[in-house]
Amino acid sequence: MEPIISAKNVSVYYGKKQALKGVNLDIPENQITALIGPSGCGKSTFLRCLNRMNDTIEGCRVEGDIIVDGKDIYDPQIDEVYLRARVGMVFQKPNPFPKSIYDNVAYAPRIHGLARNKDELDNMVLASLEKAGLLAEVQDRLHEIGTSLSGGQQQRLCIARALAAQPDIILMDEPCSALDPIATAKVEELIEELRASYTIIIVTHSMQQAARISQQTAFFHLGEIVEVGKTEQVFTSPQDSRTQGYITGRFG
Amino acid sequence: MGKTGHIVSSFDNDLLEIRNAIIKMGGLAEVQLKSATQALVDRNTELARQTIEADMEVDELEKTIDTMAVRLLALRHPVADDLRLVISALKIVSLLERVADYAANLAKRVVALNNAANLPMVGTIPRMSELVCHMIGDTLTAYSQNDDYLALEVWRRDHAVDQLYNSVFRELLTYMMEDPRSITSCTHLMFIAKNIERIGDHMTNISEIIIYQVTGLAPIEPRPKGDETSTIMIENEIIKSEYAEGE
Repeated sequence: MEPIISAKNVSVYYGKKQALKGVNLDIPENQITALIGPSGCGKSTFLRCLNRMNDTIEGCRVEGDIIVDGKDIYDPQIDEVYLRARVGMVFQKPNPFPKSIYDNVAYAPRIHGLARNKDELDNMVLASLEKAGLLAEVQDRLHEIGTSLSGGQQQRLCIARALAAQPDIILMDEPCSALDPIATAKVEELIEELRASYTIIIVTHSMQQAARISQQTAFFHLGEIVEVGKTEQVFTSPQDSRTQGYITGRFG
Repeated sequence: MGKTGHIVSSFDNDLLEIRNAIIKMGGLAEVQLKSATQALVDRNTELARQTIEADMEVDELEKTIDTMAVRLLALRHPVADDLRLVISALKIVSLLERVADYAANLAKRVVALNNAANLPMVGTIPRMSELVCHMIGDTLTAYSQNDDYLALEVWRRDHAVDQLYNSVFRELLTYMMEDPRSITSCTHLMFIAKNIERIGDHMTNISEIIIYQVTGLAPIEPRPKGDETSTIMIENEIIKSEYAEGE
């Protein structure tokens, strides 16, 4: 099957410092790909390349090709606002806007003009909250402020907000690292459900999380991909001694 | 990098404890087989009884190692080679327990045989036993040194044991045909030979597990199979059964 994202020889520089060194990675559609590796290995940098979030960083330069759905996203013709709607992102700390729950989710449909009228917008908001597994918990308080929710609920609200932009691909940068185990389990369950309709790339520091939810795992080290393969294989018989050392807790 | 220790060093100690316990258990099983065989050759009932009793120590070790492995799985969540080590330990331990059981069973039959006046001396059985003892020793060396080449070599060696077993089987059949009064003793000897042959099989199994533990892969060759006794018939029995079918 043709990968939905294909990164070819991607290098990233922050000023003179090279953060990624010629990375190649194919992301299959409707799968969860986990990016693991010690801090500073380049996994978040790589993730941020996929929707050009690095553009906003002063002195950041990206080389190589990243093809999403057959198109080079670093082509000057590409509209990065449209790209970021297609490739959504969820961050480490839940960061709802200081607005109502409803307005948080309605934000993307409004700015992208996805809804023709109030009814359509209502439906989109409710559908996104439902997909994010949050609707039952918040349907009586849609007009309360988003930050009044618990940490886990806030993170699912951010996922609902990302879904409302109708993306195909969702990037997640350590989405559970600020959550307790129960909230983490709920988000993991949600991620697994979303796989049917979305392609998900997740950066995580939790090996167990990568092992639990992903189908493909890529291990980054010092700006390179050391090993990429089926998650099951990476966690039972890694091919590279550095992967082995990292996942078994011998370095990192 | 795989050789360096874990950041949490007590994890290394836990793994090492399991490894050492398995080597100890394997060593005990090897001694059990040696003693039981010695008891057979010397017709030494006392040694046979000691061998039977010593089986308890192996059983205890099995329980201890099981507990260690379960604890490690629960507390450390091992992955990759660490996971393979723990899973392998659980499997190896139950095989070694069977090996010691076979040795104890052999010793029990020695006690029974020593009640018989004379014994058809089958020299092939001690030879088989010696071969299998070497297999146990080398399997344990392969385990302790993570030597998948040695494990593969032991794995292939099982064929020689099977060949010897085939010849013991035929030899005992001829004794029984010559003198029906030897049937009881010969049947015990047959089981003894079978027990030793099974121990050899278990060493092949353990070798496979070692290869998996070290490399993450199972051996690619088909498992060597040399035991033909399950298809052996004495000539006039074949004629009789064919006659029976004709009716």
